[in-house]
Amino acid sequence: MINASLATKIKNDKDYIYLVQTRRAYSIKLTLLMLCVYFSFILTLAFYPTFLAAPLYEGATTTIGIAVGIFIILFSFSLTGIYVRRANSEFDTLTQKIHEKFSPKELYPQKKLRS
Amino acid sequence: MKIIFILLLSTFSLFASGTIEGPIEKQPLNMAAIIMFLIFVGSTLFITYWAAQKTKTAKDFYTAGGGISGLQNGMAIAGDYMSAASFLGISGLVYLKGYDGLIYSIGFLVGWPIILFLIAEPLRNLGKFTFADVASFRLQQKPIRTLAAFGSISTVILYLIAQMVGSGKLIELLFGLDYEYAVVLVGILMITYVAFGGMLATTWVQIIKAFLLLSGATFMAFMVLKQFHFNFDILFATAVELKNESIMAPGGLVSDPISAISLAIALMFGTAGLPHILMRFFTVNDAKEARKSVFYATGFIGYFYMLTFIIGFGAIVLVYQNPAYLDIAKQAINGGHPILGGNNMAAIHLSHAVGGDLFYGFISAVAFATILAVVSGLTLAGASAISHDLYASVFKQGHADPQKEIKVSRIATVVLGIVAIIMGIAFENQNIAFVVGLAFAIAASANFPILFLSMYWSRLTTRGAVIGGSLGLTTAVVLVLLGPIVWVQILGNSEAIFPYKYPALFSVSVAFFSIWFFSITDKSQRAQDEHDAFEAQFIRSQTGIGIEGASEH
Repeated sequence: MINASLATKIKNDKDYIYLVQTRRAYSIKLTLLMLCVYFSFILTLAFYPTFLAAPLYEGATTTIGIAVGIFIILFSFSLTGIYVRRANSEFDTLTQKIHEKFSPKELYPQKKLRS
Repeated sequence: MKIIFILLLSTFSLFASGTIEGPIEKQPLNMAAIIMFLIFVGSTLFITYWAAQKTKTAKDFYTAGGGISGLQNGMAIAGDYMSAASFLGISGLVYLKGYDGLIYSIGFLVGWPIILFLIAEPLRNLGKFTFADVASFRLQQKPIRTLAAFGSISTVILYLIAQMVGSGKLIELLFGLDYEYAVVLVGILMITYVAFGGMLATTWVQIIKAFLLLSGATFMAFMVLKQFHFNFDILFATAVELKNESIMAPGGLVSDPISAISLAIALMFGTAGLPHILMRFFTVNDAKEARKSVFYATGFIGYFYMLTFIIGFGAIVLVYQNPAYLDIAKQAINGGHPILGGNNMAAIHLSHAVGGDLFYGFISAVAFATILAVVSGLTLAGASAISHDLYASVFKQGHADPQKEIKVSRIATVVLGIVAIIMGIAFENQNIAFVVGLAFAIAASANFPILFLSMYWSRLTTRGAVIGGSLGLTTAVVLVLLGPIVWVQILGNSEAIFPYKYPALFSVSVAFFSIWFFSITDKSQRAQDEHDAFEAQFIRSQTGIGIEGASEH
């Protein structure tokens, strides 16, 4: 467990502050982006469904709605990819750095802990 | 309003695990399916035997030792999530309504990125075996764990009922086995996997099933597209010619904004509050693997939904007017093109249309495997809530002997299995359309708000969480009871007291508001201590520092 004095030290560490703030801003940004896309879709369905029923191009049976739907699926997946990519590089490097500063090496949980 | 109602109804029956409509005519024994199913059962039992050898500690039992990789876990999460309901129900909905099926799939998918951005890492960094570990991290163990266990167990049992009833009917139809035998068989296999093999066996059952389901669905979609030279527009045009234009556009699934938003909230937050899904995050080693799990899971699930869309349209083209798959007796009375077993059988008939008897047998076996995998994951989550939260943490106050704890979870598994069998048989002819919707509503209104706020809000107190969580849960249950399905359809009243089928918008708001209110008005010393403990918890949730101390089990 983390005791109070260690907590205070970590709390004021500049890497920690940077990590928490940057990651929070990033997570919130991506969450809002996802919510915006999804709720725009839902509200379009509710108030302006004819837009989604229009053909994708002239003479097509495929509608805009289908393209939008597939787009949202791909978008959701890409968004997770974008987040994981940054988290695995930038955020993990920072976390590692914080661990090295505050957590005894031999206890570092990166390697498998078995009972 | 009526259109919405009918549509919501049909989508709700999709929730209820591939509900088969109407009286079921038992089919003749399906040999290819039975042989393939026996191969699946044989190999999963072998895996269970192997896993049982490796399952010694509580950590092994609950989390497969914590050594599952991100890719494996992503596949297993997908296996947990892609139930027979999604496969048969969504492809059946696409077959019936076209575009509306896609709207539904999207709702099921968009919760995943949000789980990744907000929940996955803190969950992994704070928890050990169950999500109650996280919720009770700095709050009072007894009340929080009791509430969380209650939320988990009710979610699990409701979900199990739906799966058991759906599986009994599906198996009766596909394999020609009596309903009761089918339910007992599913129950016994699931008890065996979970009680002996714990999380390790459950995980591999999920992975194998996800692989089989994705391969089968890929093959089906490929065969459909091949007929149209991989030109989607021709596929859609042919389908429109056979049915009508409406299948290409939104058909009123969400033309009422309140229902639309409420459903969206239920799906999104409900997913993030399902105990069997949350539990999967403890099977990986660290936050990095937890993250990767969601990335892979989102990919597999998204891909799967695109396949079900193609499969639904494929069924319109190849099944809709094919007399071989039509229910002639029904057609003679009602006209139209009713297919054997109802719309949710569209994907199964399509498998026969594109791949003959052998592939039909394969897909039938996969559907059975899918049910087995999902009920196993549910049972394990329910058993963990009983043994880890109620027995070890509440009853023994955290001083349970680990071997005894495993024993309790095995007993809990058997008990839950028997409960599931009894419920499955008791609910055979009941209308269970509301059951999974209720499970999602409880997960979204009780489990999710407590979990989320415990991670991010320093002012959360035990009092706030207990009162708010209970109110959220009660509101969800009461509004479902007073809503159109239970109040009107099942109890036979003429008008619903609560007009919407999805209570989540209201019950989630009630939960968040009352958790906030009863937390900030809590001026006790305990509330102050809980606030002071937040900093250390938050540091651990963000960095993982301090985990060693907690996982020395």
